[in-house]
Amino acid sequence: MDEKKTLLEIKDLKVSFFTPAGEVKAVNGISYSLGYNEVMGIVGESGSGKSVEAYSIIGLLQPPGKVVGGSIEFEGENVLEYDDEQMRQFRGNKVSMIFQNPMTCLNPVYTIGNQLTEALLCHDKGYTKEQARARAIEMLELVGINNAEKRIDQYPHEFSGGMRQRAMIAMALICEPKLLIADEPTTALDVTIQAQILELMKDLQKKENTSIIFITHNLGVVAEICDRVSVMYAGHIIEQGPVNDIFYDPQHPYTKGLLASTPRLDEEGRERLIPIEGTPIDLLNPPKGCNFGPRCKDCMKICLREKPPFVEVGEGHISACWLHFKDQAGKEEKK
Amino acid sequence: MAGYIIKRIAVAILTLLVIMCITFLLMNAVPGSPFLTEKSTPEQIARANAKYGLDKPLYVQLFNYIKNYLKGDLGTSLKMQEGTAVSKIIFHQGKFRLSIKLGVYALLLAIIIGIPLGCIAAYNRGKWIDGFLRVLTTVGVAIPTFVLATLLLVSFAVKLKWLPTLSSSLTSFKSYIMPVVALSFYYTCYIAKLTRTSMLDAINQDYIRTARAKGVKTRSLILKHALRNSLIPVITYLGPVLAGIITGSFVIESTFSIPGLGRYYIQSVLTRDYPVIMATTVVLSALVIFMNLVVDIAYKIVDPRITLTGKED
Repeated sequence: MDEKKTLLEIKDLKVSFFTPAGEVKAVNGISYSLGYNEVMGIVGESGSGKSVEAYSIIGLLQPPGKVVGGSIEFEGENVLEYDDEQMRQFRGNKVSMIFQNPMTCLNPVYTIGNQLTEALLCHDKGYTKEQARARAIEMLELVGINNAEKRIDQYPHEFSGGMRQRAMIAMALICEPKLLIADEPTTALDVTIQAQILELMKDLQKKENTSIIFITHNLGVVAEICDRVSVMYAGHIIEQGPVNDIFYDPQHPYTKGLLASTPRLDEEGRERLIPIEGTPIDLLNPPKGCNFGPRCKDCMKICLREKPPFVEVGEGHISACWLHFKDQAGKEEKK
Repeated sequence: MAGYIIKRIAVAILTLLVIMCITFLLMNAVPGSPFLTEKSTPEQIARANAKYGLDKPLYVQLFNYIKNYLKGDLGTSLKMQEGTAVSKIIFHQGKFRLSIKLGVYALLLAIIIGIPLGCIAAYNRGKWIDGFLRVLTTVGVAIPTFVLATLLLVSFAVKLKWLPTLSSSLTSFKSYIMPVVALSFYYTCYIAKLTRTSMLDAINQDYIRTARAKGVKTRSLILKHALRNSLIPVITYLGPVLAGIITGSFVIESTFSIPGLGRYYIQSVLTRDYPVIMATTVVLSALVIFMNLVVDIAYKIVDPRITLTGKED
């Protein structure tokens, strides 16, 4: 296994939306890397920049959104330097994406087969139409669609929501991409179907050796499928680490708040969910200090003055909070 | 599909019967007679009425019309070409063909120019070409057909002398240009506007993002994924367009002195030539009904979600 090698390296990525009201810094300097066969979860509330960040990897960012800084290296090549044609060849071929709402993500006027084979045929991989069709049937079978030979000639409206998401996954994986970006793929589905789709994705991830960036606001889904988790807040990653560390030993007050506001079956004593007070910051006028400062229970003076740097709190587990410095100072004083 | 078409044809026959009844009532509600001239005496009129059965009670006259139509007999002209079979006047003297030719060319021009213009405007949204097309199409929708026809005549025929003033029987390519352009301009502009709007709507749909994510080329994104979806409202509009082009052709045929069905239709009403009025109305109605059927079937072809029978299959 070459798990150690890096597939994707994002360095100080900055994405802004230029609106009439001013520049909205939707993603403000995030960095992380993703290895082969790794599943990275990106969690955060709506507007935290998680989808925008994913769209900039695959070049789907639409005006007025623009990458204003940083680099995205995929297997050593800076994706941001690709021209239009290189980007088109890259999309769907090396990186593909599945989206939130399978009901609207497939073109209603073309058959499933047409849309699946198109993904294959628009990258010059030397497939004939018949071969592409055979491959599409194979993919539909792989994602668990029965009677694929017949189903392939049906239209999206003849598929249920879960089946459409399966077809979307089949379409995303048909070119054997190295990276799959899943943008809330289960949010629009009902709970039993959610579980099936997650199970399928876990399965396929192992079979096809695909790395996955899994964007969601559902922490339960993260626990189910991810190896590592990045927690985003207001355009920044504020905590990142192995999935178990994040769940059992969260360090950042925001992550703690997120976990406290998530219903859990294993804690009988806790009946009420604890919300995070306040509202997300206005990205047009971000605060000078920590973005989470204004909402944080343990906010200190320095939090409002300066942005906190990352502190390594465990193996591969980093968190950006001034409280860690206070803790360290406290520990040193005790010594 | 076959069952559906048969059902539609049956409904069409019923519709035509209703149209015949209404036309008959309206014809008789209008005062005057085909035989009324300055010199005619009451006796002459009475004799002519008796000859063509116009002295019989109205319900008998209507019944006779329907009976003859079911046999395929459209009657004979009373006035304009006295004694000539109406079917011969409409179909064999080139009138129907002339009007249909004019209408079909205008319709084709509107589709062939209008849809690409709409696509170009949508694809270049906010750029100068979009602005230019928006102004052009708004002007096109606002100008009445007869004004445009006159403007064309004055500039291209009278001043520049590039094109013939009288298009008469549309024998040469040149004689077609002005009538077809004048007739289709409004519809071209309207279709362009419609295509632009629905194309913009389609471009922002999730499935376009999916197609982009899988690496589809821009051209295929627009022509394959967006266009077919944005054609649905355009097709809806084509039914009324055809009716409009037929009624609009009255004006164009008069302006350019084309001896088509439209001009003949108006003359038949003015001279109270009852069988000709009836036959022209029925033929044009049948044409509109037929085109509506074609539009409904075209729907089904473009959008597989539509079921013609109303039942989910």
